[in-house]
Amino acid sequence: MSDSEKKKPNRRDFIVTATTAAGAVGVGAVVWPLVDQMNPDASVKALASTEVDISAVEPGQSITVLWRGKPVFIKRRTQDEIDSARAVDLSELKHPEKDEDRAKNPEWLVMLGVCTHLGCVPLNDKGDYGAWFCPCHGSHYDTSGRIRKGPAPTNMEIPKYEFVNSNTIKIG
Amino acid sequence: MSDHEYTPKSKVGKWFNDRLPLLTLANHLTDYPTPKNLNYWWTFGGILTFCLITQIITGIVLGMHYVAHADLAFQSVEHIMRDVNYGWLIRYVHANGASMFFLAVYIHIFRSLYYGSYKSPREVIWIIGMLIYFLMMATAFMGYVLPWGQMSFWGATVITNLFSAIPLVGESITNWLWGGYSVDNPTLTRFFSLHYLFPFLILGLVVLHIWALHVPGNNNPIGIDIKKPSKDTVPFHPYIVIKDAFALLIFLLIFAFFVFFSPNILGHADNYIEANPLVTPAHIVPEWYLLPFYAILRSVPDKLLGVIAMFAAIFVLVILPWLDTSKVRSTVFRPIYKQFYWFLVADVLILGYVGAMPAEGLYLLIARVATAYYFAHFLIILPFLGLKEKTTPLPLSITEPVLGGSADMAMARNNSDFKEKL
Repeated sequence: MSDSEKKKPNRRDFIVTATTAAGAVGVGAVVWPLVDQMNPDASVKALASTEVDISAVEPGQSITVLWRGKPVFIKRRTQDEIDSARAVDLSELKHPEKDEDRAKNPEWLVMLGVCTHLGCVPLNDKGDYGAWFCPCHGSHYDTSGRIRKGPAPTNMEIPKYEFVNSNTIKIG
Repeated sequence: MSDHEYTPKSKVGKWFNDRLPLLTLANHLTDYPTPKNLNYWWTFGGILTFCLITQIITGIVLGMHYVAHADLAFQSVEHIMRDVNYGWLIRYVHANGASMFFLAVYIHIFRSLYYGSYKSPREVIWIIGMLIYFLMMATAFMGYVLPWGQMSFWGATVITNLFSAIPLVGESITNWLWGGYSVDNPTLTRFFSLHYLFPFLILGLVVLHIWALHVPGNNNPIGIDIKKPSKDTVPFHPYIVIKDAFALLIFLLIFAFFVFFSPNILGHADNYIEANPLVTPAHIVPEWYLLPFYAILRSVPDKLLGVIAMFAAIFVLVILPWLDTSKVRSTVFRPIYKQFYWFLVADVLILGYVGAMPAEGLYLLIARVATAYYFAHFLIILPFLGLKEKTTPLPLSITEPVLGGSADMAMARNNSDFKEKL
């Protein structure tokens, strides 16, 4: 058989290619539902946002609520805490973020209470910065929830939230 | 097992194969010499393997979302149907898959009955097959209990009460099965555990079933012994693989029709009502694939004897290789047995039909006659027919009638040209 004859596709090549392509689509259509069933289902997605009543929280107090199975810290900061968070020079930070960007309403810090190291829940009013301290591996966070010392790589995450009215926050 | 020694071409392959001969096994499976006259009734082994794998995969997935608790099971099944991504699809494939599994296994069993595949030297394949069939029924029954609907609950109650027919220890055994004084949460959790376990036992038996098959090799539509490998055989791959794959596609069309167009037609509407220990549904029937045995159970007016008759109907199949005394395997050469074979098919279908009907009046009479005939077929007709029946002449090989130029075996054998070729 010469080279030119070898390369010329015949009808059998066409059938083999077409069958393989149709088979690949079929296998994909079967595999996808088996994979997707492990993704969050409709009942989980229905709980994707939580509304929190904050009318009873006094300055300096912090409450913890559950959102998507994780704790969210809602801290009503005192003026001292706000001042100390805003006075920090960004160059000192491991993960530079302005406090103004993290707390749009400076009195309220709404933050995912999960240490960015390995997922433990930091303790309130502890650590070198008088804010949060993670007991698992010793990460210290400041009054803006930013990582200052320890193994955690980034600041604690700020979830999507909004003030529905002055007494209610909707997280998610 | 193939006779020739196999040596992998690559060095790594040889190194590995010397330590674990998986490549020898793969080579045996692809080269495995298969009779070249296998028809489409022989494709159900592959289809059944597919069914088992499908049930295991969809079952494992359902197990991720199902909750085995009397208070939560029913809700969790509805949660699968409504909330879980593609949960409806996976559950419908699993539920209808059980029916398709039984459809295929019945065709597979009746193929074996028609072509005498249970006869020497394949008795062990047959017995393992019957064990698989029995485990399938147990698995399907326990699976049907898990959604904890009305049919689940009362089906479980009726079937477990079968054991109360046993004299003296009957009540202790049913209490032991239930883990209480009625079907309740302990029953559900153990059924879930065993329903998860049994498919893997079946899988192990399937391996033995295929292993036992590969010792004598496949039977074939004319049921004669053939030399392997020879002109009468083709390698399993690609010939049988392609044929099996094509048959599987046709089977999947039917499967998909049920899943997508009438997913509940084989079930009972009552099972969408949560289990209620205070009310039995007006008309309680098992799934269609258990109906013939259910009809046999109900046709006997005595509780203990009814249960014995039902289990005997399965056991009589296990000893079938020794009940059928005919040396000729294929029904093709047994003109009288051929008629009785179709009588048996009709008898089982009738039993299935009356099993779904109320056990009264004419239905009960028909069930009794059909039950008597079922046992007569295996215990009277088969042993005597094998001794008395005059069978038509067997061809010497699969190719004989073809090379002889005629479908008439006797003519072919007398053909002098053909004799010279031999």
